Amino acid sequence: MNLRTFKIGGIHPPENKLSAGAPIEAAPVPEKATIPLSQHIGAPAVPVIKKGDTVKVGTLIGKGESFISANIHSSVSGIVTSIDSVDLGSGYKVPSVVIKVEGDEWEENIDRSVILKKEITLNSKEIVQRIKDAGIVGLGGATFPTHVKYMVPEGKKIDAVIINAVECEPYLTADHRLMLERPQEILVGIEILKKALGVETAIIGIEINKRDAYDTLARAATDFPGTRVEALKVQYPQGAEKQLIKAVLNREVPSGKLPLDVGCVVNNVGTAFAVYEAVQKNKPLIARIVTITGKHLETPANYFVRVGTMVNTLVEKSGGMPEDIGKIINGGPMMGKAVTTYEIPVTKGTSGLILVDKEESSRRETTSCIRCAKCVTVCPMGLEPYLLEKLADRKRFEDMEELDAIDCIECGSCSYVCPSSRPLLDLIRLGKANINRLRRERSKK
Amino acid sequence: MRLTVSQSPHEKAPYTVSKVMWGVMLALVPAFISSVYFFGVRALVVTLVAIVAAIATEYLTQKFLMKSEITAFDGSAAVTGILLAFNLPSSIPMWQVIVGTVFAIGVGKMAFGGLGRNPFNPALVGRAFLLMSFPVDMTTWPKPAELLTKMWLWVDVSVDATTGATPLGVVKEGLKAGESAATVMSQIPDYFNLLIGNVGGSLGETSAVAILLGAIFLLYKRMITWHIPVFYIGSLAFLTGIFWLIDPTHYADPLFHILAGGVMLGAFFMATDMVTSPMTVKGQIIFAIGGGLIAGLIRLFGAYPEGCMFSILIMNALVPLIDKFVKPKRFGKEVNYG
Repeated sequence: MNLRTFKIGGIHPPENKLSAGAPIEAAPVPEKATIPLSQHIGAPAVPVIKKGDTVKVGTLIGKGESFISANIHSSVSGIVTSIDSVDLGSGYKVPSVVIKVEGDEWEENIDRSVILKKEITLNSKEIVQRIKDAGIVGLGGATFPTHVKYMVPEGKKIDAVIINAVECEPYLTADHRLMLERPQEILVGIEILKKALGVETAIIGIEINKRDAYDTLARAATDFPGTRVEALKVQYPQGAEKQLIKAVLNREVPSGKLPLDVGCVVNNVGTAFAVYEAVQKNKPLIARIVTITGKHLETPANYFVRVGTMVNTLVEKSGGMPEDIGKIINGGPMMGKAVTTYEIPVTKGTSGLILVDKEESSRRETTSCIRCAKCVTVCPMGLEPYLLEKLADRKRFEDMEELDAIDCIECGSCSYVCPSSRPLLDLIRLGKANINRLRRERSKK
Repeated sequence: MRLTVSQSPHEKAPYTVSKVMWGVMLALVPAFISSVYFFGVRALVVTLVAIVAAIATEYLTQKFLMKSEITAFDGSAAVTGILLAFNLPSSIPMWQVIVGTVFAIGVGKMAFGGLGRNPFNPALVGRAFLLMSFPVDMTTWPKPAELLTKMWLWVDVSVDATTGATPLGVVKEGLKAGESAATVMSQIPDYFNLLIGNVGGSLGETSAVAILLGAIFLLYKRMITWHIPVFYIGSLAFLTGIFWLIDPTHYADPLFHILAGGVMLGAFFMATDMVTSPMTVKGQIIFAIGGGLIAGLIRLFGAYPEGCMFSILIMNALVPLIDKFVKPKRFGKEVNYG
């Protein structure tokens, strides 16, 4: 098999896909749901309910009013007990709607059947509107509001939809399981996305370590002309938008530009499924698949979870918190965020929770750079992390800008390989923040 | 529950500086065995003395002069010690080994701030220092002895029956004196002996086979890439090859140049030194080609029979310049979409 991949840099960390064999299991409806009003990139949604209101499953509770924002729906039925500020594990508090669950009553216009609905009746405009109404955001982890990607500016020509089924982060298996269990829905979802853009071509990029998912989708895709599955070499960070486009289409998104500028839109495979549910079943985004995993966890698993369910209940379901856990990662181990507590609600962006033991939790001691050049070799953007780190340390941010530091996608490959355990990405992030500050100051003048 | 909260990435590759250094040492084992086989127990002692002196110098400098954290045991000092020893004749007096090593670590490395900050390969700095200071001892080369007489080499190294010029020296002198290449080449060991290392020369540099074995290990473990050795050896062969093709009666052939002297050790273990070579592949190629050409020029036209050491030191000096101007290919730059 001819495997494609991106051309510059890349690493192959241990995959540790412990939960790859665990079928998706529906998590029970929680007794209390805590639903943050900001689960996406962009402006928080504005609450449209108040304390004491009764809501059903699928009731709109927060409205995305800015250009980049997303609607929030209730994932449960019951009574709103408060609109509170809740710590999502980052230390920052986010306004959230807390609902005491009573029964499981759904909005009437939602089709809860599992019958596959292939025929697409809505037109392009209606599809985008439906995606927007349903509050769909990118489910790969970045949570960018999906409808915004489909509002293509005048003059841009799009010829392909790329579906990101790479799941290149170690440990995570949510997308993998979804592809195995719901290939038809995903493919119809992709048809909807094609129709929304008016394009003929869709390419699903899958790394070959998920051979079964590749086979399943490739077989099913024969019924969907214009949609093909591309097998990719296993290489992190292939799930990064620019690297994926390079791998499947050999197009290079210019620095500072978007996929739109090279004629494509990229969506996660989970997002395609959510689009299917929204457009064909009128179901807003109120649940997602979450991988709960870790080397010491009794049963690593993939759960289909209502948004707002507390994560600790899922850990309990997987055998409880193991001893000696020193770090909990929300997301993948390469780009996910370490959280301060696991008593946090599942949001639209929760792709997984990784429980890491104490030994693997702390960083190794930093030693001098030995100029081994590994960071330069692995950087998928062709940057010089060793140099950017030094410049950031000396606060030479203009020089960092000159060396294209702002193009860094923060994949962490440099910090991963560094034999001296230098805090490369930490300092590059500091530099990027300062470059952005300098740019704002310049534009003021 | 106490949780660690840190920035991503949370995953870490298993390599450390120490592992890198131990890998290099492991790769030097075949050359070490060949040095003991051909030059006797003294080769072992020279190597051990250099290792101990290197670690001690780094330790003492850090403890009493720099008052910094002690990293003398991370393996890098030991590697410098081994590489310096490999660049010395086995008959060298022990005190000179110590003086050279102290200079290599003290001036070549610690004076610049220690590991990672030295512009020049410390082992070569030590060798250059010794060559300038003790030119006679540094160019007295014991011939490999028969196995049974190895111990004797240790007892008295000054007996001239056991010493002779290196093949490079013989060729240089012969050609300078106006003899034909054919005559000169008949005075040196054949290519098989050059390949296995059964010739006079520095401890660890004579056996191309042993060095290649170690090099394959380094390449397999991805601790070095092929670019520097291939372009270094290639450009040396290219330059010496041109002159050989023009006038084979007055110039030695390129294969001789590759197998004789320190080219193999230099190309695989000295020029590839991470600290003192460029950070980009393009830069490394420029560095290697420059090195190979300089080595060739010195061998063909310079005063010294061997040019490896100087070629690498000269290119080391150019590394900051190369890194400033040779940048990796950036993603998304120099692309043009409508």
